[in-house]
Amino acid sequence: MAQDGIGARVARKEDKRFITGKGRYVDDMRVAGMKHVAFVRSPYAHAKVGGINSEQARNMPGVLAVLTGSELVADGIGNLICGWMVHSKDGTPMNMGAWPALAPEVVRFVGQAVAMVIAETRAEARDAADVVAVEWEELPAITDPAKALGEGVPQLHPEAKGNLIYDWEIGDKAAADKALSEAAHVTRMEIVNNRLVPNAMEPRAALAQYDAAEDHFTLWTTSQNPHVARLVLSAFYNVAPEHKLRVIAPDVGGGFGSKIFIYPEEVACLWAARKTGLAVKWTGDRSEAFLTDAHGRDHVTVAEMAFDANNRITAFKIDTIANFGAYMSLFSSSVPTYLYATLLSGQYDIPTIHCNVRGVYTNTAPVDAYRGAGRPEATYVVERMMETAARELGVAPPELRRTNFIREFPHQTPVIMNYDAGDYEASLSAALSASDYAGFGERKAEAARRGKLRGIGLSCYIEACGIAPSQAVGSLGAGVGLWESAEVRVNPVGTIEVLTGSHSHGQGHETTFAQLVAERLGVPIDNVSIVHGDTDKVQFGMGTYGSRSGAVGMSAISKAIDKVEAKAKKLAAHLLEAAEGDIEIADGEVRVAGTDKKLGWHEVCLAAYTAHNLPEGMEPGLKEGSFYDPANFTFPAGAYVCEVEVDPDTGHTEIIQFVAADDFGRIINPMIVEGQVHGGIAQGVGQAILEGCIYDPESGQLITASYNDYAMPRAHDLPSFKVSTTETICPSNPIGMKGCGEAGAIGTPPAVINAITDAIDNNDLSMPATPEKVWRALRAGATAMRQAAE
Amino acid sequence: MYSLTYKRADSVEEARRLFQEASDAAYLAGGHTLLPTMKQRLAAHDVLVDLTRIGSMKGISVEGDRVRIGGGMTHAEVAGSSEVQRAIPSLAALAGSIGDAQVRHRGTLGGSIANDDPAADYPAAALALAATIMTDSREIAADDFFTALYETALEESEIVTGVSFAIPETAGYAKFRNPASRYPMAGVFVARHRDGSVRVAVTGAGNEGVFRWQAAESALAGDFSANALEGLSVDPDLMMGDIHGSAEYRANLVAVMARRALANLGSAEAII
Repeated sequence: MAQDGIGARVARKEDKRFITGKGRYVDDMRVAGMKHVAFVRSPYAHAKVGGINSEQARNMPGVLAVLTGSELVADGIGNLICGWMVHSKDGTPMNMGAWPALAPEVVRFVGQAVAMVIAETRAEARDAADVVAVEWEELPAITDPAKALGEGVPQLHPEAKGNLIYDWEIGDKAAADKALSEAAHVTRMEIVNNRLVPNAMEPRAALAQYDAAEDHFTLWTTSQNPHVARLVLSAFYNVAPEHKLRVIAPDVGGGFGSKIFIYPEEVACLWAARKTGLAVKWTGDRSEAFLTDAHGRDHVTVAEMAFDANNRITAFKIDTIANFGAYMSLFSSSVPTYLYATLLSGQYDIPTIHCNVRGVYTNTAPVDAYRGAGRPEATYVVERMMETAARELGVAPPELRRTNFIREFPHQTPVIMNYDAGDYEASLSAALSASDYAGFGERKAEAARRGKLRGIGLSCYIEACGIAPSQAVGSLGAGVGLWESAEVRVNPVGTIEVLTGSHSHGQGHETTFAQLVAERLGVPIDNVSIVHGDTDKVQFGMGTYGSRSGAVGMSAISKAIDKVEAKAKKLAAHLLEAAEGDIEIADGEVRVAGTDKKLGWHEVCLAAYTAHNLPEGMEPGLKEGSFYDPANFTFPAGAYVCEVEVDPDTGHTEIIQFVAADDFGRIINPMIVEGQVHGGIAQGVGQAILEGCIYDPESGQLITASYNDYAMPRAHDLPSFKVSTTETICPSNPIGMKGCGEAGAIGTPPAVINAITDAIDNNDLSMPATPEKVWRALRAGATAMRQAAE
Repeated sequence: MYSLTYKRADSVEEARRLFQEASDAAYLAGGHTLLPTMKQRLAAHDVLVDLTRIGSMKGISVEGDRVRIGGGMTHAEVAGSSEVQRAIPSLAALAGSIGDAQVRHRGTLGGSIANDDPAADYPAAALALAATIMTDSREIAADDFFTALYETALEESEIVTGVSFAIPETAGYAKFRNPASRYPMAGVFVARHRDGSVRVAVTGAGNEGVFRWQAAESALAGDFSANALEGLSVDPDLMMGDIHGSAEYRANLVAVMARRALANLGSAEAII
């Protein structure tokens, strides 16, 4: 192994600039003549927009322009799109309402922009935005997804009767019903997956510049996928032709999915840059982030699981209502369908699954992918059901899972996915052992002596990463292919630049990707630069989300390295007068195996560029590219054990121990992987006990619109995690890796809730399990027991 | 934030003059309530008068049976003061439990008392420790000072220059934090004074702000232990309710925190 190659705990190369404050984010960018934008946003969840009087605003100091939605529409700027077509079970296409970047007629959630002010300073823009007079005609609003379905409630879009976006299904309903009717035992639960606000550290921002002489646009934006942004902005929104638009996503301070999507603000800024001839910057504040970043989760589900007399699952039936918010965001349609229902087999051999999903509009911010995107929702349903079934059946929770584990691979589930590799017993055993699961009884008794209720909960998750084989997702309605691109440029001196279509916004690509190059070409990682995030520098790519940068992005790099390596070996064989098959590259040298004949890596590289002595027919240079389309999804899986103590007086839950045993396939940098797991667990704990996005059901106002009311997890809330990995190599990509970025957020919530419900002996508990909810569940459980006794 | 003029005062007199010269001024100490409110454009002042450099508002002294703390002292200074730790350890511990390290190094005693946030910690200590609030023009008993939510007996331009706390025989504080803001959802300060009287003050929970729980005071006067609180509760109708905790839940927390305070005499316990 190279010293800083695959498997090495290399410190992150990018951290020097991040921890010394030298990162360059969109808001750090300055261009000559740059002006500032403030948006005029709706204070209502649902309202008609009457006239907009901007006269007073235009006369404010520093104000250069006030632009409105009707002007934007008149200029032919296209509506925002959802890029994944999902059909209802009756074959009709999804019902998508129009979403103009600035609303000309109707607003459908609090915070939706109707106009923009451009001024010399940010403060002047805001002052003027405050006095833009909009004639609002308030309409009744609805925020609860279960109540929004149907005719007798406020209707959002004429295109979607009863607020229904689609009524979709997967699997065999008749077979599931039959199995349920014949089951020895049925576990049934109503499960709510709470709505979350993404809370990336850096709020969204956009800086748009138009060069009239060249008819050329530049957009700096907080994006996880600048190439897709350029494509969508050009092909659908008509703001700029693709070859005349450069999109740059520089350092980006976290995304968690929320920066995948194209938002109204960057569309409006590009449009305004051309319309006014001014370079304009908008930087969202935290309040705007709460109101307008795409939220996550928000499912209401009824699940039924059928067991035979041997405790084997015979069928699983799920009915889910998914809240989309007021508009269909870029990938929203795929999240509660193909990213959710396809994982409902969990780690288990389930012969029959049926899942029905109804997507619904409400007067809330749009909902789209958020760390895990569908898989946390699926895992929460599956693993709450498994733990509950074990309790009902009187079986130890690990044993019920073992009884139903998939043990042979590949395994075809009834819901599309074909699991290529895994060893669920291995991760479960590792987690049970690391958590001393067997010794829990003693710890519970000891806690009881201190007046605390101790509980333990298990979660055996599976997820799908490495999205995805393009043909497969195309057949399911995706509007794009989901391959990734790479270009490996070897410089004449032997240093290397890797241009990747992936985008790093916290993941550590500049280190991990360099480690792959170091491993393969024998150069130190300091001699490797990773270039990403600029459509003028990097070939088209698909970006970073769904834990795909390793399995797909690095596979593309690996394929490009194959070509570089082959050419370098061919050249070296020629120079060393040896057979190509005898050449090996390692430790900065290109050697003839078994001899002392060798060249420095830099000498071979230089020879490729001097081109004085190349093999017959070889072109000069050493630069190769690859577009890698994965053969399958990858399937990270693992077992998490959470142990809690509940204070019965207050309902406060303390997480005493958290164990994660993950199988991510081959790991490039264990330190970075552990960091990803830690962050994921923190977010999972956040969802389980702290975070809940709440809208007022009457007014549609966002109640949790700041950190005063939206509870984020803090170090203080978390124990020191015990994380470990088991390894089955992924056979579906050349590196054997699976993906680790979302696992923690996927596997954690059910483990936490299973632990709390175990502690309080009442299974009726929803997320976030706030102290009051736990306290009430404890009292309700005690009341129920008293009534049973009477 | 709207545009404004920032002025720094070197003396209490100068501060008051600067305040009175402006049309809508505000005093700035730690700024933890004021500045976020102004940033969100929920408040607009034409002038901010910074009090943090006024030397006469600094300092801690023990005089007889009282501890006098300057209004400009930060929570970190109070928490770290050996005089306070010796005289009223639970007060030092309370100061050390406010917010986080950044908050404790900017926030001040005078700012907290004058703002009278219903979820602030210090008002509970002021009531339970029979404090006297000293201003640039008079002295006000804590019992008369906190009048309603965010309202005090202070005149418009009056400045809290210091607080004098009675040194109790023993005292303790316990609070349950709001999981989001980490302000107390219920904080109870219990003190037994040298004359045998007991004071129990509750912050974070009451719908009219900080209050003395007289039933608990009477019960504890006879038996200063958690046993005396058995069966005692506050009326949920008098408690605040919000998405973090209903009035009924807060009433429960008040009873629980009172017991915890008694179990933590000489210190402060913070849950969450």
